[in-house]
Amino acid sequence: MNIIVVIKQTFDTEAKIAIGSDGQIDATGVSLVINPYDEFAIEEALRIQKKFGGEVTVVSCGGPRSQEAIRTALAMGCDKGVQIDETALESADEYVRAEVLAKAISEMPYDIILGGRIAVDDGSSQVAVRLAEALNIPSVSSVVKLDIENNVATATREIDGGTEIIEVPLPAVITAQKGLNEPRYPTMPGIMKARKKELKVVDPADLGVSGLSAKMKVQNYSLPTPRQGGKKVDGEPAEAARELARLLREEAKVL
Amino acid sequence: MSKGIWIVVEQRNAQIRKVSLELLSQARLIANETGDPLVAVVLGQNIQDLAQEVTSYGADKVILVDNEKLAEYTTGAYTSVLNKLIRKEEPNAVLIGNTAMGKDLAPRLAQRLGVGLASDCTGMEKDDANFLTFKRPIYGGKAFAQVATDAKPVMATIRPNTFPIAAPDAARQAEVVTEAAEIDQDDLRAILKDVIIATSERPELTEAEIIVSGGRAMKGPENFPMLEALADVVGGAVGASRAAVDAGWIDSKFQVGQTGKTVSPILYIACGISGAIQHLAGMSSSKVIVAINKDPEANIFNVADYGIVGDIFEIVPLLTEEIKKLVS
Ligand SMILES: Cc1cc2nc3c(=O)[nH]c(=O)nc-3n(C[C@H](O)[C@H](O)[C@H](O)COP(=O)(O)OP(=O)(O)OC[C@H]3O[C@@H](n4cnc5c(N)ncnc54)[C@H](O)[C@@H]3O)c2cc1C
Ligand SMILES: Nc1ncnc2c1ncn2[C@@H]1O[C@H](COP(=O)(O)O)[C@@H](O)[C@H]1O
Repeated sequence: MNIIVVIKQTFDTEAKIAIGSDGQIDATGVSLVINPYDEFAIEEALRIQKKFGGEVTVVSCGGPRSQEAIRTALAMGCDKGVQIDETALESADEYVRAEVLAKAISEMPYDIILGGRIAVDDGSSQVAVRLAEALNIPSVSSVVKLDIENNVATATREIDGGTEIIEVPLPAVITAQKGLNEPRYPTMPGIMKARKKELKVVDPADLGVSGLSAKMKVQNYSLPTPRQGGKKVDGEPAEAARELARLLREEAKVL
Repeated sequence: MSKGIWIVVEQRNAQIRKVSLELLSQARLIANETGDPLVAVVLGQNIQDLAQEVTSYGADKVILVDNEKLAEYTTGAYTSVLNKLIRKEEPNAVLIGNTAMGKDLAPRLAQRLGVGLASDCTGMEKDDANFLTFKRPIYGGKAFAQVATDAKPVMATIRPNTFPIAAPDAARQAEVVTEAAEIDQDDLRAILKDVIIATSERPELTEAEIIVSGGRAMKGPENFPMLEALADVVGGAVGASRAAVDAGWIDSKFQVGQTGKTVSPILYIACGISGAIQHLAGMSSSKVIVAINKDPEANIFNVADYGIVGDIFEIVPLLTEEIKKLVS
């Protein structure tokens, strides 16, 4: 089974967000991690590989630092990495990234592609699904359980207020939701081995994609006005509870 | 003639999702400004009766696609049908709720149409250069991006509970058109085997107006009925922090935060939750936040509009009783 995992390197979820003098989000000093949902995708890929054999290839479209994320995935146990150099793109949005990933992946053998449900930085929930469309294969998003048999994937997908069970012929794209598995941590031997694994850097121009430019344009970034701590309701528990109920009804008017 | 603002109306068993009504209400105001007709597009089976309802919320035109293959949402069939309709009618904008359906459908449809998509928006305005501009939270609400596209149709998914629902006007009239469901063979590859809807008296987390959430302080699953009792008095939903989910006390679908659900209720009551940055990422767009925590220094108090420093096992039952008295 040839398994591909598409991962994005994102800011650590603890990161403070600042806007630089150029009006862009400032990444200075921010520690970068694998998008948490993509860790579920990597874990699932490794479990599928354990069952069926084959190779797990990690693909990420990003700048030079995204190699760290790919190395971490290799340390978890993936076999090969591909970094598509995003800095060589004129501009990038979900559309451009999906197109570039599709181009790169279409040149590789693949039976299943795994990704995350959402990247926690831009929070768009698009790239993996768009990738499926660009490759003209089916996708199941927000998957919490996955079984593969006879080249058919049976996926349990989370929907609002319940779940769905969907059967898709492979190849297909599956996006991981929390609950799918517990991602492993890289081990020391894993980290040592990862250093010797193949990590290929691909220039988008070599994929034969040109003239791609972002469809969505960011007009500006802004920071939210920080919420202020409000009223502490004091007094004995019974008194405080009564006063809080009254405030919610009469002052906040939410009851 | 302007080409219209389309709302893809989401329904299940002929029940329209709240977010679709929120979108119709807000898009009505924008359509008044741009002069576009507001078009409600409803896909499903036995949905004829919904035409009147969407009209009352502001639609000028209703497109119904009524077919057994559309009875339940599937990525392929819905993408096929909408792609064809959009190519035929060329609307200026297509807006969808950012629900489980919207998150799955919108990117697939946008890619097929070769257009951009603004996801999970919390603001939408008319824009002279780009027709519409959208505000979207990024980095778990720690920043916002204002985005636009010059290609048509402009596509966006909108976060539930962002816009108020206008009062319906039962006398409103609209043109109702029935279209055939044209589904490509390729789009039938994935087969929906089963839909399991959890029977719950409580609203779905992402569309609940009131959420009562519990954290590590809950100590165990046996204490969650205490939160459910409060939620039920106000018709709300129950949520949880990751600490409570990872402890196995409550299913992960109830997790609120950066790696859980993003919610914007009118009232969010955090019970024994410290207010870690990843938790705030999922609920900081709530209108009013209440915190109950025994640690006066807990970070949650820095974002809470109202707080009680105290023991949840004491305060929550008392609060439930007090609210019961007020609302009955
Ligand atoms: C990548 C990543 C993603 C994450 N995603 C999420 C996410 O989506 N959602 C999320 O919630 N977290 C997330 N976290 C975890 C987050 O950092 C915190 O660990 C978590 O939110 C803590 O949950 P808590 O507030 O319930 O527990 P704690 O931080 O342990 O807080 C418990 C609170 O309860 C109070 N308390 C204890 N007993 C009582 C009592 N009897 N009465 C009143 N108060 C009491 C304490 O004073 C304390 O403030 C994530 C972390 C990482 C690294
Ligand atoms: N630059 C990228 N390179 C590789 N995969 C990506 C990239 N961006 C997003 N993805 C994949 O698409 C998923 C959804 O991302 P997003 O659409 O940005 O929310 C992620 O969890 C990844 O699996």
